[in-house]
Amino acid sequence: MPDATGLELIRAELNDAHPDAVIDTYHRHGQACLIVDAEQIREILGWLRDTPGQEYTFLASVHGVDYLPAEPRFGVHYELLNMARVERVRVRAELSDPGEDALPEMPTVSDEWPTADHQEREVYDFFGIVFRDHPDLRRILMPEDYVGWPQRRDFPIGGEPVIFTNTERDVPGWYA
Amino acid sequence: MKREKIRATLPLDEPTVDKSLLVRQVRARDLLRGDIEGLDLEQHVEQSVLTTRLDKVLNWGRANAIFPATFGLACCAIEMMSVVSPRYDIARFGAEAMRASPRQADMLILSGRVSIKMAPVVRRLYDQMLEPKWVVSMGACSSSGGMFANYAVVQGADKFLPVDIHVPGCPPRPEALLYGFNKLQRMIMGDPDIGWRTRYSAHGTEEWARELGEVTEEARDAYAAARDIAEAAGEPTSGQPGTPVDVAGPPQERADVPARPERERGRFI
Repeated sequence: MPDATGLELIRAELNDAHPDAVIDTYHRHGQACLIVDAEQIREILGWLRDTPGQEYTFLASVHGVDYLPAEPRFGVHYELLNMARVERVRVRAELSDPGEDALPEMPTVSDEWPTADHQEREVYDFFGIVFRDHPDLRRILMPEDYVGWPQRRDFPIGGEPVIFTNTERDVPGWYA
Repeated sequence: MKREKIRATLPLDEPTVDKSLLVRQVRARDLLRGDIEGLDLEQHVEQSVLTTRLDKVLNWGRANAIFPATFGLACCAIEMMSVVSPRYDIARFGAEAMRASPRQADMLILSGRVSIKMAPVVRRLYDQMLEPKWVVSMGACSSSGGMFANYAVVQGADKFLPVDIHVPGCPPRPEALLYGFNKLQRMIMGDPDIGWRTRYSAHGTEEWARELGEVTEEARDAYAAARDIAEAAGEPTSGQPGTPVDVAGPPQERADVPARPERERGRFI
């Protein structure tokens, strides 16, 4: 893991190579994170992989987060690993909620990092984040006819009621 | 002299008896000729003939030769497996032959939570089983959703297939599953157990009548009204296979039973 200074160096070099790519950084709980522009995610991950001295060649995990009261609302985390130095860095792409009936979009990285294929499908499945140009973007864990994005924070917890003796009067006609 | 002839007609008494076709024919002819009469005939019938009803025999056979499906859903399946082990030994009740195909099984044990993705599969397994068939819902999850009040789990398996026995527990002990299985056997044999409310005369203690622990005037009225309902329903129906136990019919909307307050409605979790 790069220390705080190293993280700022990465940020500066990355912003030199790709202007406005890195929005912010943090270095907390022993973790280094680059908060980046989602539209440039392919260039950023490619730069971190291919630049001599960086070489974060291994994409360990892709996952989504919903930070609901915060804006931008969604985050997609890419956990990178340099296997030679055993250094990890996290890249968080930020996405704002486009509102009702629209889904947040960002480019896929699954052609360059094949491991991202299924993991982007999982992020799509649970958070409704669309990865543009993904070869096979459909639900992976939930049933294909499922409606809704169940891991979003505003998804209703619970769902259908259960009939106990103390609730049977509230569920009219259940016995018919 | 006649006693010896009778003994000759009882195959178990003399294992050394010659079983050739001729001997059996001669014996049958003796019987047809009315060789045995009076008290001897009575005794012969008493010792070797059992009368019953055909459906009773069928149900007795069904209840004591159940083939459960080899089907585990979650952690309850571990307890279900140990039911077959020598320590608990469901073979005592004739249900040790777990069939690996639903077409050979007649009991489905839902041992664990049923996710919404698994529910159509379980339903298809149930549909593939041949009649008569029974379903035991094992544990809190398959009975009510249990701790999984979320988007992925069906809140109670009886939403998509008929369940005969619910075994509570998280997970139930193997003894509990065996107890539930014994109850199922008695249901199949047409003599279902009475429910605990009937057994302990506890009608009127339903949660909806209790008003969250506080004994109010309305709750007291509800107790009395529920007792009226229970008494009007009379003795629990029994003697029919598959009769639901401890259900006096659908809950009645009655003017003298106070409805639950509005704030309680729709609160399930």
